[in-house]
Amino acid sequence: MSTVYNLKREVEKPVRFTGGHRLCAGCGAGIVVSGVLRALKREERAVVVNATSCLEVSTFMYPYTAYMDSYIHSAFENSAATCSGVEAAYNALKRRGKVDGTVKFITFGGDGGTYDIGLQSLSGAMDRGHDMVYVCYDNEAYMNTGIQRSSSTPHFARTTTTPVGTVGQGKKQNKKDLTEILVAHHIPYAAQTAPLGSFKDLHTKSYKAIYTKGPCFLNVLSPCPRGWDYPTEKLAEIARLAVDTCVWPLYEVEEGMWRLTYIPKKKLPVEDFLRPQGRFRHMFQPGNEWMIEEAQAYVDQKWERLLERTGV
Amino acid sequence: MSNRLSGNEAVAYALKQINPDVMGAFPITPSTEIPEYFAQYVADGEVNTEYVTVESEHSSMSVCIAAQAAGARAVCATSSAGLALMYELLYVAASCRLPIILACVNRALTGPININNDHSDSMGARDSGWIQIYAENNQEAYDNFLMAMPIGETPSVRLPVMTCMDGFITSHAVENIELLETDVVRRFIGEYNPEHYLLKKENPLAVGPYDVSSYYMEHKVLEAEAMKAAKARILEVAAEFEKISGRRYGLFEEYRMEDAELALVLIGSTAGTAKAAVDKLREEGVKAGLVKIRVFRPFPGEELARALAGTKAVAVMDKSEGFSANGGPLFAETRSALYDLKNRPYMINIVYGLGGRDVNTEDIEKVFGRLANIAATGEIGPVYTHMGQRSKEENA
Amino acid sequence: MIHAKDINERTPWQDLTPGGEIYEPGTARLFNTGTWRTNTPVFHEAACKHCMLCVPFCPDIAIPVQDGKRLDFDYMHCKGCGICENVCPFQAITMVSGGAPNE
Repeated sequence: MSTVYNLKREVEKPVRFTGGHRLCAGCGAGIVVSGVLRALKREERAVVVNATSCLEVSTFMYPYTAYMDSYIHSAFENSAATCSGVEAAYNALKRRGKVDGTVKFITFGGDGGTYDIGLQSLSGAMDRGHDMVYVCYDNEAYMNTGIQRSSSTPHFARTTTTPVGTVGQGKKQNKKDLTEILVAHHIPYAAQTAPLGSFKDLHTKSYKAIYTKGPCFLNVLSPCPRGWDYPTEKLAEIARLAVDTCVWPLYEVEEGMWRLTYIPKKKLPVEDFLRPQGRFRHMFQPGNEWMIEEAQAYVDQKWERLLERTGV
Repeated sequence: MSNRLSGNEAVAYALKQINPDVMGAFPITPSTEIPEYFAQYVADGEVNTEYVTVESEHSSMSVCIAAQAAGARAVCATSSAGLALMYELLYVAASCRLPIILACVNRALTGPININNDHSDSMGARDSGWIQIYAENNQEAYDNFLMAMPIGETPSVRLPVMTCMDGFITSHAVENIELLETDVVRRFIGEYNPEHYLLKKENPLAVGPYDVSSYYMEHKVLEAEAMKAAKARILEVAAEFEKISGRRYGLFEEYRMEDAELALVLIGSTAGTAKAAVDKLREEGVKAGLVKIRVFRPFPGEELARALAGTKAVAVMDKSEGFSANGGPLFAETRSALYDLKNRPYMINIVYGLGGRDVNTEDIEKVFGRLANIAATGEIGPVYTHMGQRSKEENA
Repeated sequence: MIHAKDINERTPWQDLTPGGEIYEPGTARLFNTGTWRTNTPVFHEAACKHCMLCVPFCPDIAIPVQDGKRLDFDYMHCKGCGICENVCPFQAITMVSGGAPNE
């Protein structure tokens, strides 16, 4: 970016994502989408693509679109292919003199639509090298259908398909590392971010993703008060705890170079992130200390590897 | 311009002449050659299409939907399991009212896997909101493909079009063919100028809403009305096409139906075999005739009823098994279409040719033999039977 | 051109857009989500330093900004989640119970 990030200047831009959508009160997705789209330059034209998701059913409920730009939703599992189709059309029509100027292509999918059912479509689009950004707003479960586990759901989390019972203890597997899968596609830019503080991290990474030529990927942690079971007003705090416990490290991989963009001054224990959320409540029952230990060990191991990779 | 081309080559050549904006390309037997031939046109600079080599048929249709919504002409080709993988999106394409063109090279659906021809793939997609036009031979495959865009892109229609030909029998057999000059094709196809598209500068477009029950039904009625409107448009385009090609097309072809008492109704390449059988029977004095369905969606029900009104017995031949236990899809449509006739012919259904099982003139003659018997005795016997399978019992 | 403002649950099918397309930007703004509120943020202008930290955290884009100042809430769209109160470093926002800002 040519100039330093300035929140005051950024929020003065005309909005690209409007109120009147039907996302739940306190939903992280609305914050993520308006945050990413804010990184577009003022006069830039964009086409927004959306996978079927909470976001989709809430932001384009006929006849109400919450987008100031053109928008297309087609299905759950194909938003990356959909974006590549729009980009291909742009290339063809531009070549034939039927459109002029530049247009940016930004896709939003939830973790279900990205980590799971849309992964093939995403891999294909990244492989083909379309000039587009894919943004996963990661709320760690299928929230639109009522909080079912996805491959992004963290270990031990309670969902409606990984309930806690006399035998069941929430999700059995660890969270899939999608960002690393995307990095393995050797795309020009991939990053993890979250809605935090002045939004500098989310904004800067969104800008890079949008204005780097080629396929770029953003994985944005998107707290869901309903699915994670915490009071709506606590979103910023929950997101902050995710990064300060290193459960959700902030980093970017630019042309193969790994870089941590945030190192907590004091790495907090994982339980600080887990405790305020109802989905992890059973982990704090007497006798379940091993769950927190396992969760901590997993986060520590991943964090150490990330430190090595980023040369910290 | 005379040439000798296979069905796949003919469609690829039509695509070259059209020079579409975007093509989704993914291989599957027997349609693979279409994207292959087209890739060479791209490599040789003969077209400047955005050729998107997707990782599945699912993405191929997804790319087409998005590209067409963005303001481009989008095309793809597929067969069998490839079409099945697209099913969800076929409905999306139609409901978003995007006139994508898909060349379907008909092949049996897997279960068990089989690469040869029947119509189970496109018949499975018959209720997806796509216009379906079937070819008997290479010439028709080429002609139908050229007519698809002017039909689908009409503002009152705005529906995707599937042009179908029989896998291997038509797609891979080389036949004589009359090709139009490219400038004639381009004039016939014209420019694609949708009123609204994603890349339009003047106003944004939002596509693919969550449609609550207060609106979904109304949007489906709009779509159904578009399919009704397509029928007249198909005939208009056929008339325009006749002017540039001299070749005449309708919703179906009637072969020696003027005074026919016994008639077959079928789809696709079997028509060639059936015509030979009809000719032979006519020489023997049998008043045999054939109706070859060209347009299956929208279904030409009233027209078909008129065409069959004077017959005594009709055999509807389905090249797909619908597992309704009550006959194949063409039979269901045809029998329903004839319900309002004052004097209905006797009607039977024969499912044949599954997974590439051959059918020859003798088989067709046997069917006419059955019809003659039914017409003479009024004894219809079993209404729904299969033909061509080995059996302990005699069948026809 | 058919406009979103003219489409409602009594509109006959002939007057709806084919495919459910919409040809205008941001028509969601026509829809009132303010009625969803069970708690309501109240803006204390005197305490506000216009640091803007609340603005990007609003999921409902209900904090308008003009000429370097944040304005009062857009109560037609605010759903009362309370995130803004939590991120405000200056106690310039307080949540009150109920859907109306003046109760």
